[in-house]
Amino acid sequence: MLDAKAAASGDSALTRPIALSAEGVWKVFGQQKTLFARRPLSARSPEALAKDGLVGAVQDATFQIAQGEVFVIMGLSGSGKSTLLRCLTRLTESTEGRVFYGDRDIMTLADKELVKLRRTRMGMVFQHFALLPNRTVLSNIAFPLEVQGVARDKAKARALELVETVGLSGREARFPAELSGGQQQRVGIARSLATDPEFWFLDEPFSALDPLIRADLQTEVLRLQKTQTRTVVFVTHDLDEAIRLADRIAIMEGGRIVQIGTPEELVMQPATDYVKRFVAKVSPARVVRVSSLMESSVDATGGAGVSANATISEIARLLISGPEMIPVSAENGRPIGALNRMRALETLAAGA
Amino acid sequence: MADTFLKEQVRARSIGDWIALPVLIAVIFAAPFFPAVLTSVPNWAILPVSDWVGEGLNWLARDAGVGGVTFADVTRALAAAAEAPIDWLKIVLAEGWVTGAGFNKVQAAPPLSWLGVTLAVALVALRLSGRGLMLLTLVSGLYLALFGLWVLAMTTLASVLLCVVTALVLGLAIGIRAYRSPRTEAFVRAVMNVMQTVPIFSYLLPTLLLFGYGPSAALFATVVYALPPMVHATVLALRSVPQETLELARMTGCSRAQTLWKVELPVAVPRLAIGLNQVVMMTLNMVIIASMIGAGGLGYDVLRALRRLDFGAGFEAGMGIVALAVVLDRLTQAAAHNQSTQAVGLWRRRDTVLALALLIIFTLFSFVIPSLGLWPKDLTLTTAPFWNGAVSFINREFYDPLDAIRTAMLLKVMNPFRDLLLATPWTLIGLLVCFAGYALGGKRAALTVMALLLFIALTGYWEPAMVSVYLTTLAVAIALAIGLPFGIWVSSRPRFHQPVQLVLDTLQTLPTLVYLLPAVMLFRNGDFSALIAVVSYAVAPAVRYGMAGMKHVPSERVEAAAMSGCTPWQTFRFVRLPSAMPTLLLGVNQTVMMALSMLVIAALVGTRELGQEVYTSLTRGEVGPGIVAGLCVACIALIADTLLKSAAARAARHEGDIHA
Repeated sequence: MLDAKAAASGDSALTRPIALSAEGVWKVFGQQKTLFARRPLSARSPEALAKDGLVGAVQDATFQIAQGEVFVIMGLSGSGKSTLLRCLTRLTESTEGRVFYGDRDIMTLADKELVKLRRTRMGMVFQHFALLPNRTVLSNIAFPLEVQGVARDKAKARALELVETVGLSGREARFPAELSGGQQQRVGIARSLATDPEFWFLDEPFSALDPLIRADLQTEVLRLQKTQTRTVVFVTHDLDEAIRLADRIAIMEGGRIVQIGTPEELVMQPATDYVKRFVAKVSPARVVRVSSLMESSVDATGGAGVSANATISEIARLLISGPEMIPVSAENGRPIGALNRMRALETLAAGA
Repeated sequence: MADTFLKEQVRARSIGDWIALPVLIAVIFAAPFFPAVLTSVPNWAILPVSDWVGEGLNWLARDAGVGGVTFADVTRALAAAAEAPIDWLKIVLAEGWVTGAGFNKVQAAPPLSWLGVTLAVALVALRLSGRGLMLLTLVSGLYLALFGLWVLAMTTLASVLLCVVTALVLGLAIGIRAYRSPRTEAFVRAVMNVMQTVPIFSYLLPTLLLFGYGPSAALFATVVYALPPMVHATVLALRSVPQETLELARMTGCSRAQTLWKVELPVAVPRLAIGLNQVVMMTLNMVIIASMIGAGGLGYDVLRALRRLDFGAGFEAGMGIVALAVVLDRLTQAAAHNQSTQAVGLWRRRDTVLALALLIIFTLFSFVIPSLGLWPKDLTLTTAPFWNGAVSFINREFYDPLDAIRTAMLLKVMNPFRDLLLATPWTLIGLLVCFAGYALGGKRAALTVMALLLFIALTGYWEPAMVSVYLTTLAVAIALAIGLPFGIWVSSRPRFHQPVQLVLDTLQTLPTLVYLLPAVMLFRNGDFSALIAVVSYAVAPAVRYGMAGMKHVPSERVEAAAMSGCTPWQTFRFVRLPSAMPTLLLGVNQTVMMALSMLVIAALVGTRELGQEVYTSLTRGEVGPGIVAGLCVACIALIADTLLKSAAARAARHEGDIHA
């Protein structure tokens, strides 16, 4: 199915170069960490660790993220998703494992190199915004530039640019306390992009906001990602948010990644009962894409075509009265197959 | 029905705790048959600790040194170095530039004009807070000037400013250190805990010995005294910086210095400002007391008045202290409040210009019109005769009822209680206190308490310590009996909250010395006056915690009780009171601490307890006994602290709440 998608869009996440990869990352809490290192991988079940008084907050996380991919880490509270994010950025020292940015393992970087990596290539958005209350909007956004010694007027110009980008023009002289939660997080987003980073980390950025504002900001993230594609690691506990934003989702349960896949894969082929229960309420039409249902050998003519990349619910209106076989085109407009209307309708009905 | 059931629950819980009660009762009944060793501390057991301390410090002050440079040289040099900024500030604020001496004294330049200073500070008050504070500042300034207290007040203010700045810088430095290293913090915290309970007089002794009589000795004592709250506030303020904000600093690649100066300190400023307010008030209190060792200023007049029983002058100076204290407190509080509410842009550049202009113009004018520099002596008002008259009037007309109250209290309550405490064998008291420690806080608390008790017993201060305990216990009991019910009563009447809060704030602002005056004016010297002064000082925290305890009861619980059909009394007894208990116990603790710190000052009105021992050694310059007696006061405070904090923690555990 993934191959079909790759063929259809010609731009699958996995065909792009790897930007970030984690190999066997462990984060263990407890007094006797020396005991942990001595245990072979096979003897590191949660029960076995508990016997040594250890808790595995992140257990053997391994994955690769492609350049420009939106990778969502998702799980309930306590599943280790925020800890995993902090292991990736080395805000937390992981107990074991390697995290590669390109060919450099962040775990082995000296302090100076680490600071340089963070200053130039990373941006992060925090759950509770982490704005500095004593600084104005503008000065908050310019903070990462100020820290690395960018000239004042240059930093200011860049910050003003970002104020506009996130839609806060006219509010640059306000203090955080004078802004609403949604506006504060817009400042947080602008600040995280001040240095134009390649890697963008977002730690439950919208969970402190009410649902309408949350939807607005999700749109904002999609828009920013469209204008300038970054490699994104996005942590959330909200499945709808994950489905809306993700290229791929990693679902965590009790410190372990239980499945990694596109939203469609998670919904259509859940790997465990846990994932199945999790995605049970998601209607398949929201995640299944035209490319998964279409027949590439069949030609169809006449009528308006649909994009291979669209989800079934996005083309639902067309299914009411369209032809039996709807033409499908790739991103670049080239016809690549046809969609059986009845099959699509069945998918639509499956979630009802 | 419900009532009895709930009571059973409460009782069942206590029975397990008091299983050793019969044993204890047996020991109490056996007490009269104790051998002499057990009834009073035997002479052979008393260690000459005060001699050791005295000799040690004297050696340090006289003989200690390395390679020809003695320690005394160093301290004298430090004292001289500290004197320069004090002198400068005094020239600017109080005395003006004076050349020559004796009859040739000529004032070459006047100090800053009283009118200019008052107006400039009033402008600050207006911008930081509003018209009310501006008016208060103007009235206070006028009072100080018209009553001829200006020079004294500015002398005091000069010391306060210098001490605050020094304590601020040192406190921040130590606080930042402690915040970064847990080991330093544990050490600093232990030292600070003791320092905060050592009575104020004890700070004066070593500084007097090392730095000599004069303003710089007072400066050192004050800075040391005001350091603990600043360090504490710094550590707490830095701790309050959210984890995410620290992560932000790391993710943006801040260096250590950048993290401190650009992130941690700015974010911590609102809490630091609260600490600053405390430091200012403690400094003022200490500077007033330190007039005993030559700080000069307003405190000296009050002290002299207390010694000569010249109430009029003392009362005026006392009111001057109050004026200074209230203005300083409100200003720093307003600043702290503005910081924590992120109110910005209150003070503009043109305000700075205006304030400077006010200062300079009036000071320049005072070259021509001297009364702008200093209010002329012959126009000075005084109400001293009025107050003296009032005191004589009260003593004439109300002598009988006042004396009756005093005598009755002394003969019926105070003396019997004191005699009981003195007659009780020291071993029995020790046993009871240790048992209480064990019951409330386990083995650790019991051992701590025992060590502290032994210190008091073995240094030979058991009897004066018991007198201190008797006065403190009575004062605390009275303060709680008045304060807690009042606080609880007020808590359910929101419209009284603000006025009561204002009165409490003002009461806690006043330097301790001020409390003695009215008590002595009405009841003359002695234990009863001391008791009155201590109670009036210690009642404020009792009211405050009474209010706070009730306010923090989760409203859901009260609603649940109401829906279960509790009467108001049942709601109070079974829901509000248990929920508030941890806070109330902390309030008791705070009341005890305040009472002890005041009790020591009350030595000035002639009590016969530990404070008196410290005060007498201070006047005689005997360092050893003064310090050891002071440490005994600290021991009493730490015992009370250990017991009450354990009790509060226990109550909080039962509650299932986390009470700070």
